[in-house]
Amino acid sequence: MAILKVKDVSKRFGGLKALTDVNLSVEENSVHAIIGPNGAGKSTLLNCLVGKLMPDTGAVLFDNASVLGLEPYQINQMGISRVFQTPEIFGELTVMENMLIPIFAMRDGAFRMHAYETIANETAIVEQAEAMLEEMNMADKRHMHSASLSRGDKRRLEIGMCLSQNPRLLLLDEPTAGMARADTNNTIDLLKQIKDERDITIAIIEHDMHVVFSLAERITVLAQGTPLVEDVPEKIRGHPKVREAYLGEAA
Amino acid sequence: MLGLNKKDTSLLIVVAILTLLAPFILNPFPTDSAMAQFNAGYPDLMQRFVIFGIFAIGFNILFGLTGYLSFGHAAFLGVGSYSAVWMFKLLSYSVIPAIALSVVVAGLFSLLIGFVSLRRSGIYFSILTLAFAQMSFALAYSVLSNPKFNLTNGETGLQVYSDDPQILQSANAPDLPHLFGVPMRATYTLDVGAWSFDFNAGYYMCAVIMMVVFYLAIRIFRSPFGMMLRAVKSNQQRMNYTGLNSKPYTLAAFVISGMYAGLAGGLMAAMDPLAGAERMQWTASGEVVLMTILGGSGTLIGPVLGAGFIKYFENIFSKINDNVLHSWFAFLPDGLEDAVVFVIHPFIGKGWHLTLGILFMLVVIYLPGGLVEGGQRILNRLKRKKPQTDETKSGESEPAE
Amino acid sequence: MDAILLQILNGLDKGSAYALIALGLTLIFGTLGVVNFAHGALFMIGAFCAVTVQKLMGLSFETLDETQKDFLGNPLKVETPYVEAWFGPEVGATIIDWSVPLAILFAIPIMLLVGYVMERGLIKHFYKRPHADQILVTFGLAIVLQEIVKYFFGANPIQTPAPDALSGSIDLGIMVGFDTNAIIYPIWRLVYFGFAVAIIGAVFSFLQFTTFGMVVRAGMADRETVGLLGINIDRRFTIMFGIAAAVAGLAGVMYGPLNPPNYHMGMDFLVLSFVVVVVGGMGSLPGAVLAGFLLGILESFASTTWATTTIPGINQIIIYLVAIVVLLTRPRGLMGRKGVMEE
Repeated sequence: MAILKVKDVSKRFGGLKALTDVNLSVEENSVHAIIGPNGAGKSTLLNCLVGKLMPDTGAVLFDNASVLGLEPYQINQMGISRVFQTPEIFGELTVMENMLIPIFAMRDGAFRMHAYETIANETAIVEQAEAMLEEMNMADKRHMHSASLSRGDKRRLEIGMCLSQNPRLLLLDEPTAGMARADTNNTIDLLKQIKDERDITIAIIEHDMHVVFSLAERITVLAQGTPLVEDVPEKIRGHPKVREAYLGEAA
Repeated sequence: MLGLNKKDTSLLIVVAILTLLAPFILNPFPTDSAMAQFNAGYPDLMQRFVIFGIFAIGFNILFGLTGYLSFGHAAFLGVGSYSAVWMFKLLSYSVIPAIALSVVVAGLFSLLIGFVSLRRSGIYFSILTLAFAQMSFALAYSVLSNPKFNLTNGETGLQVYSDDPQILQSANAPDLPHLFGVPMRATYTLDVGAWSFDFNAGYYMCAVIMMVVFYLAIRIFRSPFGMMLRAVKSNQQRMNYTGLNSKPYTLAAFVISGMYAGLAGGLMAAMDPLAGAERMQWTASGEVVLMTILGGSGTLIGPVLGAGFIKYFENIFSKINDNVLHSWFAFLPDGLEDAVVFVIHPFIGKGWHLTLGILFMLVVIYLPGGLVEGGQRILNRLKRKKPQTDETKSGESEPAE
Repeated sequence: MDAILLQILNGLDKGSAYALIALGLTLIFGTLGVVNFAHGALFMIGAFCAVTVQKLMGLSFETLDETQKDFLGNPLKVETPYVEAWFGPEVGATIIDWSVPLAILFAIPIMLLVGYVMERGLIKHFYKRPHADQILVTFGLAIVLQEIVKYFFGANPIQTPAPDALSGSIDLGIMVGFDTNAIIYPIWRLVYFGFAVAIIGAVFSFLQFTTFGMVVRAGMADRETVGLLGINIDRRFTIMFGIAAAVAGLAGVMYGPLNPPNYHMGMDFLVLSFVVVVVGGMGSLPGAVLAGFLLGILESFASTTWATTTIPGINQIIIYLVAIVVLLTRPRGLMGRKGVMEE
C-alpha cells in the first residue's frame, strides 16, 4: 500500500517551473530515494510534502489524508518526521533535552501548558529518551550542549530525535551532504539498521549515488521538475535516460 | 522540597533569608554616622527592590527563555497600577481585590498585545511592542483623560478622592491601602544601640509575594513548558518540524510575564495609591530590560540581582555629591584631590544614568550573562586554582551549566 | 481645499525629520545589518552641534564704556562677541545671526567622525551577534550619549533661532491663488523641507550614480557575493555608517529652530523613526522616505481641531495605530522586500 501519494503536483516561482506534474507514490515500509541533478526540483518537492511550500496544483496525500495547507507541526503530528540537510537541533539545549522534546511533543500534542510539572518527574518520558540515546550510542554525551557535538553526532542526534516519535514516514534531505567518507558510512549503517529493526517508511533525497544504491529499494529520478523514471536500483543504474540526465549535467 | 531539586531549594532559601532580613542587611551603618545616608533599609526603597524584582523575574520568563525582546512591558505595569487604584476608588482600600484585578487586567491586556505582536518575530516584534507601549502611554496621558470619559486622570495621575464611592469601605478600616486592616505604611522601628531598623508591613507583603512568584518562576524554568520556551529561542524551525506549535508557547510566556508586570504595578499602587502615565513610558520598559540583562537574563536569580543592583546604586549614587567625594579623598594632596573629584563628578549624583549606561554597555559587550556570569567566572577561577596545585586534574572541560 | 493644503504643509517639517532619520536607519540596517538604537542620539548630537556653534559665536569679552553710565553711575560694562571684534560689528552680527546654517559646516566633519568612531569602536564587533544584542548595546550607547550631552548642556531646551531673514512667515496662499492669509507658513519650515529634499536627493544620486554607491547597493542585496569579488566591503560600510550619521546629524542641526533641542529629543524621534522604517518596509530606502513624509502629514491632519475634538488625543496615537494596521495587513511594510529581517 502506498503511504505517500503525490498527484500532479506543479509549482512555479515566477517564470520558473520548479515542478511539473509530479506523480509519485511511496510504498509503506520501503526505502524510496529521489535523485536528480542539481535544480531538478528535489528540495521544492520535499518542501511541498512538509508544509513549507504550497504547490500551485495537485494533491499530496499521506495515508489517504491531504497534507496541503497544513502547518509543518500538524504534518509532523500526522506521523512524518524530517531530517534536514544541515542538522537542525536545539543547539543551546543539552543532548538529553533535545531528545525529551520530541517525546513530549508526541505525548502532549502541539501545545500543552505543563508549566507546573517537573521534567524529572516524567519518568516514562525520561526513560524513553534515555533508551533512544542508548540506541544512538550517545548516552555518555547526554549532558553536553548539543551545539558542541561533532557534525556526525549532530546528525545521529537529529535522526534519533525523529525516530523517538515513531514516525510512519521519515524524510531525509541529503543526510550525508558535506560529510567525510567515514561519517557517511556510519550514517548509512545507522539508516540500514533503522530500516531493518523498525516498521518505517523512509523517503530519501540524495545526491550521493553511493548512499542511494546502498539503501534504496526503489528510486525515482527527477529532472527539470519532472519524474524521468522510477524503478528498482538495478534497473536505474544503467538506464539510458538517467545517464543522459546526469551526463548532461556533467558536461 | 516543594518539588524543587536541592540546588533550587537552597537558592530559594537564600533568597528568602535575604529578603526577610533585608531591613538589617541594608542598614549596616549607625543612624548618626556620616555613612548613614548610604543605608538603604528604609521602607520606600526596600519596597522598590522587591517590586522591581517581581517585574524583572516576569520579564525574564519572556526574554530569558524565549529570546523575544519586548520593549513595551511597562505598559502592563502601568495598566496594573491603574486597575489597582480603580479598585481603591470603587470598592475599598483593601489591597487584595486591587492586586487581583491588576494581575487579571494586565493578563488580558498582554493577551491582546501579545496576540498581535507575536505575529512577527525578531526586530519587528521589539518595535511592535515599543509602538504598543508608546500608544498606551499616549492613551493614558491624554486620550483616556477627558471630561467625557476620564479613565486615567491624565497628567495629574489617578488617585483616590473623598467623593469616590468606595462601596465596601467599612467605617473602621484605615483610610489608606491595607491588608486585613494593617496599613501598608505601618512601620515598626527597632532601635539597637546606635542602629535603627525599619520593619514595614508593605515591604513584607511584597517580599512574601515576591518569594511566591519567584518559586513559581523556578517551577516554570524546570518544567517541560520552560524547556519548550528555551526550544523556541534555540531553533523554531526544528520545533515546528517536531510537531510543536511555537506560537501558543510564546504567547503563554508573554501573558505570564505581562501578569508579573501587572502584579508589580498593582503592588506599586498598593504601596502608594497613585498611578501615573509616566510608569508606562518606554524608558520604563527600557529599565526592566537593563535590570534583566545586567543581572543575567535566562538565569533564575539574575533579574532579582539586577533589579536590586540598579535600584540600590540609583539610590546611593544620587546621594554622593562633591562634598562627599572631597571628604573621601581628603587624604590626597589638594591638587590631586580636586582632580579625582573632577573626574568622578560626571558619574555621580544626577550622573547615575551615565554610569548605568556605561555599565550596561560593558555587560552586553563583555559579559552577556550579566552579574551571574561574572560571579560564576570568579568562582570558577578560584576553584580552578586548587586542582592545579594538586596537579591531579587537568582543565578537562566539564559539561556546561 | 486650502485647509487640506495647509495641513499637508504642516506635516512636512516633522515628515522631513522622520524621513531623514529613517533613511539613515535603513542605510545602516541595509548595509551593515545592524539595528541601531543610537540613531536618535546622532540626530540629537547634530542639534547640539548647532547649539555649540551658537555658543562659540556668542563668546565675548567685556569692556568698560566710559561714555555710558549704568544706574549706579559706574561705567557700563559692554560685552562684545569676538566675531564682531574680528570681522567688524556688522559682519559679526550677521555671522551670529546665521549660526544655525553655519553649523552645518561644523556638523559635517563632527558627525562623520562620530559615525566612524562608533562603527569602528563598537558596532563592528556586533555584526555577527544576534539582533537583540545589537539593540541592547546601541540602546546603552544612546543612554550614554544623551547623558553626556545633558552633563555639558543641562536638561533644559536651548533656543537656537533661525536667522532673522528666515524666521518670519510668508503667505503661500496668495502665490497659488487662494485668499490672503489662507495659508500663512513659517519660512524656516520651507527651508527645512527644501534642505531635507536636497539631502535625500544627494544620498539617492550618490547611491545611484557612483561606483561606490553601486557597490554599496550590491552589498545591500548580497553581502557575501560582493565580498567574494574581492571588494573591501567593510571599509565601504564604515563610510556608509559615517554618511548615515551625518544625515541624521544634519537633520538635527536644522531642526533646532523648529523645536529647541534638549537632550532627550533623540529618543523621542527614534521611537517614531523606527515605526517609520517598519511602515516603509525594513531595508527599503524609498519606503523609509515615503513613510516618513506620509506619517508626518498624517500626524498633522490628526492634530487639527476637528480631529482632536472628534477623538481626543488622536494626534498622539495615530502613527502607532497606522503602524500596527500596516504591519498586520502588509507585514513587510509599504515597500519592503521579502526575507528581510524575518529570521
